[in-house]
Amino acid sequence: MNRPIRRALLAALFALLLAACGQVTPMDSFAPAGPEAHRILNLSTPVFIIAGVIFLLVEAAIVFAVWKFRDRGDDLEPTQIHGNTRLELLWTIIPALILAGVAIPTVKAVIDLTTRPGDGMEVKVTGHQWWFEFQYPNHDITTANVLVIPVGTPVDLEMTSADVVHSFWVPRLAGKRDVIPGQTTYLKLQADEIGEYWGQCAEFCGLGHANMRIRVQVVSQEDFDAWVADQRQPAVEPANGTPAAAGKDLFLNKGCTSCHVIDGVSDTAQAAAPNLTHIASRDVIAGASLNFTEDDLKAWLANPPAMKPGSYMPNLHLSSDDIDSLIAYLEALK
Amino acid sequence: MTPIATGGVLRRRIPATGFWSWVTTVDHKRIAKLYGYTGFIFFIVGGLEALLIRLQLARPENAFITPAEYNSLFTMHGTTMIFLVVMPLAAAFMNYLLPLMLGARDVAFPRLNALGYWFFLGGGIVLYSSYILATAGAPAGGFLPETISRLGSAANGGWFMYPPNSGAQFSPGSVIDFWLVGIALAGVGSLVSSVNLLTTIFNLRAPGMSLMKMPVFAWMSMVVNFLLLFSIPIITVAIFMLIFDRQFGTAFFEASGGGDPVLYQHLFWLFGHPEVYILILPAMGIVSEVLPVFSRKPLFGYAAVVFAGIAIGFLGFGVWAHHMFASGIGPITQAAFGLSTMTIAIPTGVKVFNWIATMWGGKLRFTAPMLFAIGFVAMFTIGGLSGVTHSIVPADWQQTDTYYVVAHFHYVLFGGSMFGIFAGLYYWFPKLTGRMYRERLAKYHFWLMFIGFNMTFGPMHYLGLMGMARRTYTYPAGIGLEFWNMISTIGAFLIASSVLLFMANWINSRRRGAPAPIDPWDARTLEWSIPSPPPEYNFGEVPTVRSLDDFWHQKYDEDDLGRVTRRPDADAHIAELTEKHLHPEHRPHLPSPSAFPPLAGLSALGFAFGLLYHATPVGLGLIALGVVGLFASFLSWAREPLEENA
Amino acid sequence: MTAHTETSTGIDTRKLGMWAFLSSEALFFGALITNYLLFKGRDLQGIHPRELLNIPFTSVSSFVLLMSSLTMVLAHAALTRDNQRAARGWLLATAALGATFVGGQVYEFSNFYKEGMTLSTNPASSSFFVLTGFHGAHVTIGVLLLLSLVGLSFRRGGLTFEHGLNLELVGLYWHFVDIVWIVIFTVVYLIR
Repeated sequence: MNRPIRRALLAALFALLLAACGQVTPMDSFAPAGPEAHRILNLSTPVFIIAGVIFLLVEAAIVFAVWKFRDRGDDLEPTQIHGNTRLELLWTIIPALILAGVAIPTVKAVIDLTTRPGDGMEVKVTGHQWWFEFQYPNHDITTANVLVIPVGTPVDLEMTSADVVHSFWVPRLAGKRDVIPGQTTYLKLQADEIGEYWGQCAEFCGLGHANMRIRVQVVSQEDFDAWVADQRQPAVEPANGTPAAAGKDLFLNKGCTSCHVIDGVSDTAQAAAPNLTHIASRDVIAGASLNFTEDDLKAWLANPPAMKPGSYMPNLHLSSDDIDSLIAYLEALK
Repeated sequence: MTPIATGGVLRRRIPATGFWSWVTTVDHKRIAKLYGYTGFIFFIVGGLEALLIRLQLARPENAFITPAEYNSLFTMHGTTMIFLVVMPLAAAFMNYLLPLMLGARDVAFPRLNALGYWFFLGGGIVLYSSYILATAGAPAGGFLPETISRLGSAANGGWFMYPPNSGAQFSPGSVIDFWLVGIALAGVGSLVSSVNLLTTIFNLRAPGMSLMKMPVFAWMSMVVNFLLLFSIPIITVAIFMLIFDRQFGTAFFEASGGGDPVLYQHLFWLFGHPEVYILILPAMGIVSEVLPVFSRKPLFGYAAVVFAGIAIGFLGFGVWAHHMFASGIGPITQAAFGLSTMTIAIPTGVKVFNWIATMWGGKLRFTAPMLFAIGFVAMFTIGGLSGVTHSIVPADWQQTDTYYVVAHFHYVLFGGSMFGIFAGLYYWFPKLTGRMYRERLAKYHFWLMFIGFNMTFGPMHYLGLMGMARRTYTYPAGIGLEFWNMISTIGAFLIASSVLLFMANWINSRRRGAPAPIDPWDARTLEWSIPSPPPEYNFGEVPTVRSLDDFWHQKYDEDDLGRVTRRPDADAHIAELTEKHLHPEHRPHLPSPSAFPPLAGLSALGFAFGLLYHATPVGLGLIALGVVGLFASFLSWAREPLEENA
Repeated sequence: MTAHTETSTGIDTRKLGMWAFLSSEALFFGALITNYLLFKGRDLQGIHPRELLNIPFTSVSSFVLLMSSLTMVLAHAALTRDNQRAARGWLLATAALGATFVGGQVYEFSNFYKEGMTLSTNPASSSFFVLTGFHGAHVTIGVLLLLSLVGLSFRRGGLTFEHGLNLELVGLYWHFVDIVWIVIFTVVYLIR
């Protein structure tokens, strides 16, 4: 089947399902935006179609049999057929052939999609309870929750976990891959369309599993270079006397420095929590489960364990003035 | 005649009816009822857990259930349905039917059989006591809000219990230990039961019943019990290793200590995959018995269906890592397991085709058992096909750990196993009780359940592929998941309503259903040749078997062209059989009830709780008492003759 | 069912049951042995079992266990000849040899602990102790079974092949536990 027809069929098959939305949703695996996700959909579409055909044939046979052979109240007994060797062979061999046909592209796709990293842009991913950390070793950048990548560029993710088994999954770009403490796993991905793609941790990892999400921001090469340059700047120093400056003092004195790194401010933190140096350049917080907005920041800072039970960030019982100052500081950290 | 318990510690007369007669029973039919009723009660509990889950997921970002409660609910729901519902209900069928189908008076080891039930019950008690007795906490260094759970602290690591999340650091407290000990105890019960049933199938067949003249249900039971025999030890090892990691400072699965978390996954799935065949094969056996009777044709391709079942059993041990395609195993391994998984689709398809061919050209009567059996074939086909899509390894990288796989396994476990079980419950109801259930109410049950089931689980295929991960207490709004989640929740309540119809039918018809003849369905297998309900000794005279479907051939002549005519003496023959079985010349000797299996079960339960509280004096005392109790029970059991006057 | 009922396979029912159980146990030990094999080659911190294993000592205790299988066979032979006293004596000898083996294990393990290799030192030591520990537990249960048989032999009728817990079944279990030890000894002690 050639590509245009396949695409049309695909669109027809799933148009009904997408009709309600009217637009592609951020985790729609039927709307691949990169070669890896495309390859998967190209492999699974024919399989789904074959499965659909088999489903229709089998169910039709059942429905037909139910209608045609129902007891009509006569006295005739059906012929007692015990079996048919030829049929047995047929319905053993034909499925085997279909499966063999499907097996070959499957194996090929597995090998192609898991060939070890070559020359893509390297990003190190570390799963934590309950957020993803991203490091760009070639650019000396450490960030969290949002993975920024340039469009059309292959990216090699080298992944591990700091605690339990998590799984990195951005459906529109690639299949998922677990991240495991003490081991390195790899995932290739590439996005061919500028935009924002969502992901989700996909291996049960405790209380915050549902709240462990991912945003992938795909930008042009120029925008990416600009982003890199910004991220490499030291943290913005708030002007004296501003609420942001008060927030920075709170940051230094309330214990935040034991876990959160802000370059030039708290470099010796244990780095057990997201790097906040440029937090205002990201539009999500708390494992991408909340937004970088006044409301969400207030709710989070007021009581992190209430927003994410099990959270490693304690309830500091901050006053609402303190919270406002801290928010001012965070908003300054562009 | 009053059966008595003799020997050992207890010497008392125990009457044939009443509470203690059930506690000390070694009658396989009663043990089957114990499994059946206990399993069904757990089905209701697991169903309530599911309804709470569905209420939470009806709307995005819902706050009906907290994350901690949710984690317990889905863990307990899955664990309950697998270990405390489908497995015991299958055990109920195997226990009740195997001697009857094989022409035997009892199972090979009646007391061991009872022990299996008591260990299962003990495991369920330990597991469910976690709601009340266990403690949970945040991972080391984490913080909890004030109200973490209104449900207590039931096991909450997911039914796979993957470490390190289920290890001591990230799951402090005792919830996980309750799960591990409870499942280990229930597992020993299954193991004990499988030794008994395997020996029964191999050794206690009526004269003339060669293996290839056995009903398909007996064959499927054989495969199931082999699978249990070989898979339970592996999960037991995995459980011990995780207990040791949690309690004794080993690091089998802790990367920081040199261990490997993925090793647990291998061990778990080496058990876990054969386990899913353990869950489906009994239902396949039931359906293989029901379809021919209500098609008035023999099962098409008996040998093929039997060998396909055996093949599934063998191959079932070679596909385990298909649950781990995203776990970082290498591409060659993934490809190999993808291929082995595709291979197992072949014998599975063979069975589906043979079932359809059985109906083809038949004379179909749509009684409730037949509706559920046909429903099984239709729904299992869907689940089987979605399973094949999982074998397409890269596609599985999208599908695994999402609602797509939740859809898959509910289609095979509910649309498959549970539909098969309901088919069997209605089919054998007359044999069990001597009465007919209400046919119209049963049909309402079927249709309501069929519609509700598809409403609940059909949309989950779509939800998974649109990004809804499994084991998440909520999902984001605005990404297209709302509508079908609501439909799914409504469907769940339809299922619940249909279960109420079933229960009403069962409870009412048991006492007030129309009296049933011994062979109401004009069936094919030996259990229909004895009175309903069967006498305690099953067969007054042990039958001699001449062919497959021997009972049918006692009623019908069949010529070379497959035409059947009912023998003119068929009814008289049945009446004669009834008489022979009700009033045998010599009343057969039966094993006496025994107090030692329940005593051993109680000791094991005490031992299990002792382990959970081993850090306290009470716990240590329970361990000691448990060990002594087990030893004393087994020794007394050894001294007790199986039959009075032996 | 008592032994005089005809069985479809011709094999005694209780023996068939014991074989089924032992096949399950084979997988239990198989998983534990595989576990040891997986960890023994890894680069781990702390003392590794292979540094401490004392082949001469364990060879002696293996020999003791092997001899106990011989005495078990002799007990069976004695019962076949209906010599109750001899059977009882050989059963006691088997139990004594089995207990000696377990005693040797306990001695060996306490030495390891003194040398600094404990259950939780590293996964190799953990696998070692779990594997040999569960085996030792099986031997101990076997000793209890043997002593129970001896105890049962004092009731009227003595030991027979008829009743539930009988010498033949215990013998099967005992030989199985011995064979498992041969595998463990080879895999853990001899193949380094």
